Amino acid sequence: MLSISRRLTRRDVAVVAVCLAFTVAQTWLDLKLPDYMSEITNLVQTPGGAMGDIWAAGVKMLACTLASAATAVAVGFMGARLAASFARRLRADMFARVEEFSMEELSGFSTASLITRTTNDVTQVQMLIAMGLQVAVKAPIMAVWALAKISARSWEWLALTGGAVASLVIIIACVMSYALPRFRRVQTLTDNLTRVTRENLTGMRVVRAYNAEEYQERKFERANEELTGNNLSAHKAMAVFNPGMRLVMSGLTLGIYWIGAFIIKAAPAAEKLDMFSNMIVFSSYATQVLMSFMMLTMIFVMGPRVAVSVRRIHEVLSTEPKLRDGGVTSSPDDVKGVVEFENVSFKYPGAEDYVLRDVSFTAKRGETVAFIGSTGSGKSTLINLVPRFYDVTDGRVLVDGVDVRDYTQEALRKKIGYVPQRAVLFTGDISENVAFGDSADGDANPDGIARAVRIAQADDFVGGMGGYSAAVSQGGANVSGGQKQRLSIARAIYRDPEILVFDDSFSALDYKTDRELRAELKKETRGVTSLIVAQRIGTIRDADRIIVLDEGLLVGCGTHDEMMRDCEVYREIAYSQLSREELGV
Amino acid sequence: MSDREKEHEGRSPAQRRPAGGGPGRGMPVMGEKPRDFKKSWSRLARYSGRYLPVFVIAVLCAVGGTALTLIGPDMIKDVTGVILDGLASGIDTAAVTDKCLTLLTMYICGSALIFVQSRIMANVSQGICRRLRSDISSKLNRLPLRYFDSTTHGNTISRVTNDTDTIGMTLNQSLGQLITSVTMFLGSIVMMFIENATLAAIAVASTLIGFAFMSVIIKRSQKYFGSNQKYLGAMNGHIEEIYTGHNIVKAYNAERAAKERFDDLNKKLCDSNWRSQFLSGLMMPLMGFIGNFGYVAVCVAGALLAMNESIKFEVIVAFILYVRLFTQPLAQIAQTATTMQSTVAASERVFELIDEEEMAPDAEGVGKRGKARGEVRFESVRFGYEPDRVIIKDLNAHIEAGQKVAIVGPTGAGKTTIVNLLMRFYELDGGVITVDGVPTSEMARRDVHDLFCMVLQDTWLFEGTIMENIIYSKRGVTEEQVVAACKAVGLDHFIRTLPGGYETQLGDSANLSAGQRQLVTIARAMIEDAPLLILDEATSSVDTRTEILVQNAMDKLTRGKTSFVIAHRLSTIRNADVILVMRDGDIVESGNHSELLAAGGFYAQLYNSQFENS
Repeated sequence: MLSISRRLTRRDVAVVAVCLAFTVAQTWLDLKLPDYMSEITNLVQTPGGAMGDIWAAGVKMLACTLASAATAVAVGFMGARLAASFARRLRADMFARVEEFSMEELSGFSTASLITRTTNDVTQVQMLIAMGLQVAVKAPIMAVWALAKISARSWEWLALTGGAVASLVIIIACVMSYALPRFRRVQTLTDNLTRVTRENLTGMRVVRAYNAEEYQERKFERANEELTGNNLSAHKAMAVFNPGMRLVMSGLTLGIYWIGAFIIKAAPAAEKLDMFSNMIVFSSYATQVLMSFMMLTMIFVMGPRVAVSVRRIHEVLSTEPKLRDGGVTSSPDDVKGVVEFENVSFKYPGAEDYVLRDVSFTAKRGETVAFIGSTGSGKSTLINLVPRFYDVTDGRVLVDGVDVRDYTQEALRKKIGYVPQRAVLFTGDISENVAFGDSADGDANPDGIARAVRIAQADDFVGGMGGYSAAVSQGGANVSGGQKQRLSIARAIYRDPEILVFDDSFSALDYKTDRELRAELKKETRGVTSLIVAQRIGTIRDADRIIVLDEGLLVGCGTHDEMMRDCEVYREIAYSQLSREELGV
Repeated sequence: MSDREKEHEGRSPAQRRPAGGGPGRGMPVMGEKPRDFKKSWSRLARYSGRYLPVFVIAVLCAVGGTALTLIGPDMIKDVTGVILDGLASGIDTAAVTDKCLTLLTMYICGSALIFVQSRIMANVSQGICRRLRSDISSKLNRLPLRYFDSTTHGNTISRVTNDTDTIGMTLNQSLGQLITSVTMFLGSIVMMFIENATLAAIAVASTLIGFAFMSVIIKRSQKYFGSNQKYLGAMNGHIEEIYTGHNIVKAYNAERAAKERFDDLNKKLCDSNWRSQFLSGLMMPLMGFIGNFGYVAVCVAGALLAMNESIKFEVIVAFILYVRLFTQPLAQIAQTATTMQSTVAASERVFELIDEEEMAPDAEGVGKRGKARGEVRFESVRFGYEPDRVIIKDLNAHIEAGQKVAIVGPTGAGKTTIVNLLMRFYELDGGVITVDGVPTSEMARRDVHDLFCMVLQDTWLFEGTIMENIIYSKRGVTEEQVVAACKAVGLDHFIRTLPGGYETQLGDSANLSAGQRQLVTIARAMIEDAPLLILDEATSSVDTRTEILVQNAMDKLTRGKTSFVIAHRLSTIRNADVILVMRDGDIVESGNHSELLAAGGFYAQLYNSQFENS
């Protein structure tokens, strides 16, 4: 909690102070009301009291009511503004920090978790601030003040109120300690139910094919039963709550009058009337005290959850990105499109084993270099070192003769057109997705977009969608997987880079499109170095150089024919995909 | 698609409410509007019919408990009267104690009744929820696959979880609360008028003025809640998108553009945020104001009346308490009304699923026969996913028992359609498919399914042990048979290296590679051992050595069976007895490899594009 409160500006603190002052004023006004009622009681009970005095007291009461409402509204206003603007700053800081993260920190947190932290967790904090200023501040002030007023008159009444508060707290504590763990379990059990349902849905064809409907239903029933049992016991415990509260509330009022009868009887004659009007008023005070405690428990229930949110936010904000920018913004003029790996080894942070070991090779300008290997051979990792998504553990990666760590990230990435394994599109239209990021700096170039879309074999369906201004919905949900991939390739082409990096980008395409796209690419992007990770032999057999990886080691480097001759791993892969005749052996 | 995306499919970002219920807190946030309020309620009432007797008891308890609470202020009034009478002469404490004891007993009884009501409602609501979930689950098994292919999983899952939860919550809390609130509201009015009509009129009028004021604010604030939800959705969407595409944003130096959009949204969100926060925060001071205002009105008016001697002072005491009882339920009623609305919307969705049209019942008459040989005929088969779009126009094919059929075509050509029709996941629009001369449409679906074993490309495993996954629903399978199947597919050695052997739990921690998962499903099909086979060859993501294992396992599996293979490997295609070539949903060519190549049609083109050097 502390870590977050340090983020309050001086102005925020001032606003909090004003809220506090207003709350004190409001409490005073609220407690003033019963005082006037006591005045009225005296007037009524004293023979010969004047109507005018009652009206006067009434007007004062009304003024108090209005003033109290006004201060409450003012506190609500300030609190809402403070909470919203605080949340805005917090959210912006989170977003900026996450944008600085490298892939290493990102995968450390996981994308899903970072999204929740930036959205829900911030909202939680905002709610607590807004509510806290209204409730958490007022409740204790009210409780203490009202108790003080009661205690000035009678310890019996004070003891009774104390007893009522104690029983209230005990009821809440008992019910909550029983029900809260069960409510917490609800999420797990619901997740469980969701999992069984999803399992059933995703496997619907298999379930039916194996006539396993009953088997699945039994499984569902087990999860259902568990959830129902848990919920039932939690709700049964909660059933004590309402009637319990009600009993304490009504019992307190009753008790004040009951005890009151004895106090007044024992009081000297002159004080009897005064004691009587006190009694009327104290029943109001006592109710206020109880209400305050009820409000406070609400905050206590909310508190732990917000504390978790705060911790999660703090974790993000206090994580320093490990990648540091270099200072180089330009490479030598005469070297373009050269990628060089010098004895590169890499392991993921915290991992025991190396993913890549001592890999060296050079890709010259205009060359197509392909990487192949089984799952886990490290080919994707290798290619991700070029745009410096990760830093090497040992060795160096050079682009145009300069270590990638010496470039500013912006300068390095300007040279590269990167196409990921899983295509990503953004909300907007087609041309915004093709002319993306700093490729869009300066004037948009419609011809360039058209060319990129055409090379990527995407003009057919883009035409079908209604042209370059057709909308793309969040995450590209309105285009198919293969179409997404083609647009993401168009994005890389439009950039007109020195180096194209394809991280297994062709697998989502059918053979025909794959082949046509590569033929077009070869024709249109002469002089651009291409690094291609692929699964299919067909995709890479015409590459200038094929690099074969096996468990992080470079086990072969050469053309398709050379590899077929020399490299056992490559042959295995090839035979698993194509027959001997097709491979021309 | 990642799991996270799956979690969210079918829901727009705007619908994703933040945890903690957004700016709720006593504020009637506009619920989703049900289409037909009355119809849905009566459907839910009919569904819950068996609980009617206990429900009536709960209602009686609620009314009784509330009535006992309502007598309280009247008794307090009497106590005050006794005290006032004795103010000068000496208070009759015995009478006070007497009255107080009676009242205490009444309070305890009242609370006990409310407690009983809450317990009953807890039982009823959880019972109904449980039944709803069970009914949905078993309903899913009776729905045609058409339903699942046109509805997202997220949509169906949210009906099982969120929607039934909403219904349960309402039945459990809101409904009970509504009954007590209404009783309390009406009862306190009645009691006040019994005590004193003038003062009662003043109390009711002063509170109602406050509520009129409040409802104006609520009406006006709705639009801010709407826009707040909208911006929250847009913001969450943007964050999700940028974080998910982090490497692309970095690779294209798009941080600045992303930040600009973020700042813009953040400003708008902040703006709508404080407005809605403020308005929902207004509810509490307003409630306080209404309470105070009623209090003042009763005090002043009561005092004036008391001065006139038209009422006794203790009546004021009673009214102070009644005003409190009277204002509380009003706010609750307003709140419950909105929850009711979203509940009805939820039950509408649930019953929509429960009342969904089911598969036609199995035809009677054709019982299970002996072991099938596996001869399959397609005779003038006509089919379309939508009635007005026929995709298979007139398919005729004859497959001898034991033959291999390869189904080929580009991605999206509809190769799974054939599987859907063979397995009778979908019904034909015309023609027949026969197995050993018996039309599948005349068999029970169970029996059709029993004819086939099936291995699909997405290797579906469930949470359970490897043993359970392989045996699955088949009865009477011995451990030896499982081990034999695993040995046959080359999985036995690997399984034995796992910490739990065959009893190893398969869970979220993906402890099997894609290829190994594939092998498990093949072993499952081997155990099933049906005369016909449907097989979808894997295309990618399998390391080379496992790939060879998988191929050998598949070859073993096809032995002696009539098999339909969605083929990707050329060797499979070339060795097939019949090749069905699909394009845009329809079967455009059929024949064997050399016939089709010679014909020079679509197949030839496909074949050449795949393997020709570019």
